[in-house]
Amino acid sequence: MSLLTIDGVWKNFRDHSVLRGIDLEVRPHEVVSLIGASGSGKSTLLRCVNLLETVDDGVILLDGEDITDPRVNVDDVRKRLGIVFQAFNLFPHMTVLDNVTLAPRQVHKVAKGEAEEQAHGLLARFGLADKARAYPDQLSGGQQQRVAIIRALATQPRLMLLDEVTSALDPELVLEVLGVIKELKESGMTMILTTHEMSFCRDISDTVCFLDGGVLLEKGPAEQIFTEPENPRTREFLRSVLESGRL
Amino acid sequence: MSEFDEPGKGAAGKSGEPGKAAVGEPGGPGKPAAGEFGRVGQAAGEFGGSGTGAAGAWVKSERQVERERVRRSHARRSASLATVSTIVFIVLVAWIVTNSPGWPTVQDKFFNPDELVKALPDVLKGFLLNIKIFLIAEPLILVVGMLVALARGIRKPAFFPIRALATLYTDVFRGVPTILVIYLTGFGLPALRLQGIPTDLVTLGIIALTLSYGAYVAEVFRSGIDSIHPSQVAAARSLGLSHFKTMRFVVLPQATRRVVPPLLNDFVSLQKDTALVATIGPLEALRQAQIHAASTFNYTAYLAAALLFILLTIPLARFTDHLAARTRRRRGA
Repeated sequence: MSLLTIDGVWKNFRDHSVLRGIDLEVRPHEVVSLIGASGSGKSTLLRCVNLLETVDDGVILLDGEDITDPRVNVDDVRKRLGIVFQAFNLFPHMTVLDNVTLAPRQVHKVAKGEAEEQAHGLLARFGLADKARAYPDQLSGGQQQRVAIIRALATQPRLMLLDEVTSALDPELVLEVLGVIKELKESGMTMILTTHEMSFCRDISDTVCFLDGGVLLEKGPAEQIFTEPENPRTREFLRSVLESGRL
Repeated sequence: MSEFDEPGKGAAGKSGEPGKAAVGEPGGPGKPAAGEFGRVGQAAGEFGGSGTGAAGAWVKSERQVERERVRRSHARRSASLATVSTIVFIVLVAWIVTNSPGWPTVQDKFFNPDELVKALPDVLKGFLLNIKIFLIAEPLILVVGMLVALARGIRKPAFFPIRALATLYTDVFRGVPTILVIYLTGFGLPALRLQGIPTDLVTLGIIALTLSYGAYVAEVFRSGIDSIHPSQVAAARSLGLSHFKTMRFVVLPQATRRVVPPLLNDFVSLQKDTALVATIGPLEALRQAQIHAASTFNYTAYLAAALLFILLTIPLARFTDHLAARTRRRRGA
C-alpha cells in the first residue's frame, strides 16, 4: 500500500489556481522529487500535504487515512509528518538541543532525559555533536539547516517533506545538507522534496515529477526524466536549467 | 484550523457567495470573492479561459461539496456554541449581582437613573476639559518621547551628557507616581515664582502629564528602534546616509509602525489619567462628579464620568485592533 496518496488535489488562491488536479502516489521508502519553475506549485503541494494549506478539492491519504477530511485532527496528522523549510525556521530563542527536543517532549510526551539522549544521538550522527548548546544565530546556514532536518527527524515521522532546503545556502554549504538527505534515504526514510539542484535530484530520487502551472505534466524514474523526457515542456525546462549551469 | 473555529460570520457571509460567483466571467480577472467558499464557486467559472496546463475546467467534486457542507456545519456549530456560552455567562453574572443581598442599596447609590440624568450635564461639561487636556498632551508626549528615545540612541562620545540626561529623565519620571508629578508641577513650579512660568492649572497639568507619559513613550519608541534589525542600519549607512538620516528615513518609519499598538495603549491610559489633573483644581469630569457625589451622597455621578471615559477609549481600542489586524494580514498570516 502506498504511504501517501494525492488524488485530484486543487488549490486556489483568490482567482488563481496553484494546483489543478494533482495525482501522486508515494510508496514507503520512496524518494520523490518535485521539479519545475518557481510558481509551478511545488511548495504549495508540500504545504497541502502538511495541512498548512487547505485543499480546495481532491483528497490526500496518509497511510490510507483521509487527512483532508475537515473532521480530522490536524495536530495528529502533523505528528506523523516532518517538514523542513527553505529558510530553516529554527526558533532563535532556543538552543539547538531545545529546538530538537521541543516536539518530542511537548507533543510526543517523551521524557526530558530520553529526548535529549536521542537528540544528542542525532546531532552526533550528522556531525553537530558540539553544537547542542549553541543558539541558531551562532551557526552557519548549512549547520542551521542540518539542525532543522534533525528537528523534523526527532519525532520519527512517517514522511519527510523538504521544501527547497538548499536554496538559501551558499554553494559550499549545500553539500553538507545534501549529504544529510542522502543518509536519510539510505536509512529508508520516505521523502518528498522540491529542489533546484538537478544533479542531486537525479542522484537521489526514485521518482521525479515535473510540475508546470499547477499540473503534474510528467512523472517517471529519475534517469528517464533526465535523459529522455517525453513532454516538450519538461525538455524545455531541463534545457533552461542546463543553460544556467545547474545540471 | 482557522476556518473551523471561525464564528457565525464566516458561515453566513461565505455560504451566500457561491451562487452569485459561480456565474463568473471566463478568463476575466474576476473580483476576488469574499471568502473560502465563494472563491471556489467563482474559480470554477474561470478556469476555462485562463487554463495553461493540460487539466481541463474544474468541476467541484462531490467530495468537495460534502467537505464544504461539513465545514459550514462546523462553523455553524461553533457559532451557536459561542452565542449560547456568552448568553449563559452574562445571565449568570447578572443573576448573581442582582440577587445579592446588598444589590438594592448598591443600585440606588451607584446606578441611579435620576441621579445620572442630573449629573450628566455638569460631568459632560467637565469632560470636554479632559478631551482638551488629552488632545494637547498627546502630540507633546509623542514629540518628547521621540526626542528622548533618539537622545538615548546617540553613540557619539561628545553627546554623552545628552544621553545621560535622557536616561536620567526616563528613570526618574517612570519611577515617580504621576500624581506626585502633577502636585510638583501644579503647586511646586508656580511657588518658585520664576519669571514666565505659567500659573494656569490646566497648562501645568498638561506639562505634568507630558513629563510623566513622555518617559513611558520614550521607552516604547526606544524598544521599537532597538527591534529594527542592525542590517537595516548597515544597508542605510552603506549608502552614505548619516546617523540621523538613517534614523529619519529607514529606522524610525519602521520602528514607529511597530510601536503603534503599545503607543495607543499608553494613550488609552492617558485619557483616563487626565482625571488626575483634578487633584490640583481644574473642574474636569471627575471633579464635577466628585462635587455631585459630595452634595447628594450618591455615587452615580462617577458612573456618568466612567461612561464618558469608556465612550472615548472604545474607538481608540478598536482602532488599535484594526491596526494589529492589518499588520497580521500584511505578514500573510
